[in-house]
Amino acid sequence: MSRLRRFFRTPEAKAGATILAVLIVMALAAPMVFPGDPQAIAGPALLPPFQDWSLPLGTDRLGRDVLAELFHGARTSLAVGLAAAAAALFIGSVVGTLAGFASGLIDDVLMRITDAFQTVPSFLLALAFVSIVGPSLGVVVAAIALGAWTGPARVARAEVLSIRERDYVAGARVIGMHPLEIAFREVLPNALPPVLALSSVIVAAAILTEAALSFLGLGDPNRVTWGGMIAEGRTVLRTAPFLSVVPGIALVLTVLGVYLAGEGVVESTAVRRSLS
Amino acid sequence: MTVLAVSNLAKRYHRGGKPFAAVDDVSFKINPAETLALAGPSGSGKSTIARLVLRLIEPDAGRIDFEGADFLAVSGAALRARRARLQMVFQDPLAAFNPRATVARVLDDPLRIHGLASRAERPRHIAALLERVGLDPALAARAIHEISGGQRQRVAIARAIATRPSLVVLDEAVSALDVSVRGQILELLLDLQRQERIAYLFISHDLGVIRAVAHRVVILDAGRIAESGDARAVIANPQSAIGKALVAATPRLTRDRP
Repeated sequence: MSRLRRFFRTPEAKAGATILAVLIVMALAAPMVFPGDPQAIAGPALLPPFQDWSLPLGTDRLGRDVLAELFHGARTSLAVGLAAAAAALFIGSVVGTLAGFASGLIDDVLMRITDAFQTVPSFLLALAFVSIVGPSLGVVVAAIALGAWTGPARVARAEVLSIRERDYVAGARVIGMHPLEIAFREVLPNALPPVLALSSVIVAAAILTEAALSFLGLGDPNRVTWGGMIAEGRTVLRTAPFLSVVPGIALVLTVLGVYLAGEGVVESTAVRRSLS
Repeated sequence: MTVLAVSNLAKRYHRGGKPFAAVDDVSFKINPAETLALAGPSGSGKSTIARLVLRLIEPDAGRIDFEGADFLAVSGAALRARRARLQMVFQDPLAAFNPRATVARVLDDPLRIHGLASRAERPRHIAALLERVGLDPALAARAIHEISGGQRQRVAIARAIATRPSLVVLDEAVSALDVSVRGQILELLLDLQRQERIAYLFISHDLGVIRAVAHRVVILDAGRIAESGDARAVIANPQSAIGKALVAATPRLTRDRP
């Protein structure tokens, strides 16, 4: 695959893809490497890292295995990040396509709704949503998507506005295609590339928002999350800083990895565009 | 019976705040199996008329009767169904197709939308359509950007005739093709007209091509009809200033003039 080779040409893409690959392996391997409940007590409380090789990263205040929590936390972070970004991109491109293609009143109504969502800080929106509906993984995903779909909607609309004047859209009308089919089958797929370029930023932001919600105690209580781990370690920050630092590093690397890989994708498609 | 009767058609646009008439009081008729050419310089309203006739844009005034019925009165699903009888071929065959489409999909769409063939029968219909326009049926699997410009315009014609229309609007359909391919495409169009009795609204700025394929010609200037009549007669002896200018601008024709 030449596209894959082009993607791996840039050092950013290599670094990003490597970090993401490690994370995905961690997330997928978590139940096999650390079977059982990661939230169960595994040893003495506040064991520092590298003391006991059965608990390489030590234990937290309640004696839970930090490495096991880290692995299981990767699952939550990636799942929430990807699901929220997918939901945001889906809602955004559907709303943007409808607004751009319909124009007139429908466009005005949809774009004013988009404005309304965009003026409220997305984190406050997520916070309010989770505190009303109650914390669970699905609600957290919905809450993050709720604040993230406006960007894709605007980009999709701008793209659709230019595409709908093209001859092939007129051609689709001439053969009697239904307007909704024209919008979603002829126009939307061609409007997607710039929208998808936003995905890395959205995934990275979603992972951070999830961590922040968990940090404030609004994450799913039945799941280990990195944000929750940092919050948990905060109370013993001076005596056992590793409890906050380890998940913190994991979080930074994840966001960096997602962002770099996204840049790599954008870069490789940009080359393709200039060639064609 | 006339296929298309356009009367007193008008369309105004606003350019820089001032209204200007893109099409002004235009009337013409097209009979079955007849080719009517619309000629005129850039900006004379040729393409606007094509888009009005196809209901891609709505006129400000006038009447369009298609196959004896008021075409401006239908809308929604009825209009979409009616479109089967009235097709179009665009100037740039690359821009006229979804860049992600394959040849098969481009030809499948009209058959599916108008319910002309079941899903199982469609591949056979698509192959027949490709053969009809002189293409290898194996081309169906290819992406639209992988085939040549001439082949692409043949696919566009195949798509236009898929629904068995009585009128096809050809908007500069051969202008973007190179000269050798242009002749073959014109030949194909004449052939289809003879066999299927399709009427053409042939839009072109090239009087040489018009003289070769059109029965009648309407010469437009700034949205109004400058003159009209038998294609050969008008081109041989234009009466209007714009007609004379167009003939003078066609090198082949000035050389032939006695």
